[in-house]
Amino acid sequence: MAVGFKRAGAGLLVLGVICAGAGWLLSAPRFLSAQQLAGIDDGDATRGRDVFYAGGCSSCHAAPKAKGDDRLKLGGGVRLVTEFGTFIAPNISQDKADGIGNWSASDLANAMMRGVTPEGSHLYPAFPYTSYARMKISDIADLHAFLKTTPEVSGKAPPNELSFPFTFRRGLGLWKLINLSDAKVVSLPDDASDEVKRGQYLAEGPGHCGECHTPRNLSGGVIKSAWLAGARAAEGKGIVPNITPEGRNVKDWSKADLVEYFTSGFTPDYDSVGGAMVEVQENLAQLSDADREAIAAYLKVVPAHANGYPAPRPKN
Amino acid sequence: MKKLVLTIAALAASITFAMAGEVEDRQQHMKDIGRSFGALNKTVKGELPFDAANVQATLDKLRDDTAKVTPALFPAGSDKGKTEASPHIWENLTGFQTHLDKLHKDTATAAAAAPQDVASLADQVKLVGANCAACHKEFRIKKEGE
Repeated sequence: MAVGFKRAGAGLLVLGVICAGAGWLLSAPRFLSAQQLAGIDDGDATRGRDVFYAGGCSSCHAAPKAKGDDRLKLGGGVRLVTEFGTFIAPNISQDKADGIGNWSASDLANAMMRGVTPEGSHLYPAFPYTSYARMKISDIADLHAFLKTTPEVSGKAPPNELSFPFTFRRGLGLWKLINLSDAKVVSLPDDASDEVKRGQYLAEGPGHCGECHTPRNLSGGVIKSAWLAGARAAEGKGIVPNITPEGRNVKDWSKADLVEYFTSGFTPDYDSVGGAMVEVQENLAQLSDADREAIAAYLKVVPAHANGYPAPRPKN
Repeated sequence: MKKLVLTIAALAASITFAMAGEVEDRQQHMKDIGRSFGALNKTVKGELPFDAANVQATLDKLRDDTAKVTPALFPAGSDKGKTEASPHIWENLTGFQTHLDKLHKDTATAAAAAPQDVASLADQVKLVGANCAACHKEFRIKKEGE
């Protein structure tokens, strides 16, 4: 009897070691291959400025409430309060000690598209690499060239405020196996216009719209079957609207109405953008007219979904 | 005991009704402000013809309507229910007042400027228009069930 327990115990121990080993291997950081990185060294800073605003980098990485040129001082510090804890955006200025001044364009690509640092640590998906994974390598190259023109800001941002088990970065390797993919989300018909395809690229890639506008499952990954259907806001008590063609806020809007909203922040009846969307609209206002038109075109054709947040309680 | 419960219920109901007045009033003022601003913006964009008298009347109405939006319309607890007023208003009443003061000032400036052509109207529209998102960024919230 005692021997049986001992054997069972030994067996469990071996199984445990095997599982831990498998877990370690499965959660390893995965870097982009040389083939995937082809073209990473031909960046252009002028094009990179557009990528910078499409990606919304300054909204998290500049100081809170930064305006104008201060949006290019990327010392970090913005706090993103979520159910997993509080994430604090790091310094991504060109400072070599406290920022990413030492990063090559390949380093930037691995961070943005695979969520791994040059040292091989996993980044938390509060940094929306799950969207940036869908970007073109040439855009990352251009962004790197543009970032090189931004000022050095000294001082590291404070560390994230997380509790166990979320402090365990290695675990993200397993999370990525489920939630990180570079596949497009919406299946557009083959004859979709170039404009719609460009809008898909901008919205699903650098624009990372789905990260706020899509509900998440228990693991914190977006629920692709409810893409852009709205969600509870990560911070605070509000919601982020449903922006599929069924969304109450947008269903009566024309493509031109969407474009006007992106450009000026005004709705068709002259209500105004508010909350976290203000920063987004300020970034959208920096893009070309064609790119705003493209995003609007995409939004008009995404599958319609019911709201991604719970329905209101009946009023009685 | 029954009397006490009924009294409290009646009191709660009357407070709710009283607040419903403020919420409805401020929402109506905001809609009126949006309508006026929209007409001015459309005039700047050439979607409506420029008529100096009409423009002045709209600027005056805009100034008067924004003047009606005061902290009195935001009593404590009026962020509950069907309103997009963010709890941040009461966490930062000073900041909220600053935005209201600037809005009152800018709409008064615009009305006083009495623009006589599209170009000068455009300057006033830009001045006033910057107030909307700046305040909504911190003090507006979208809620489910709206």
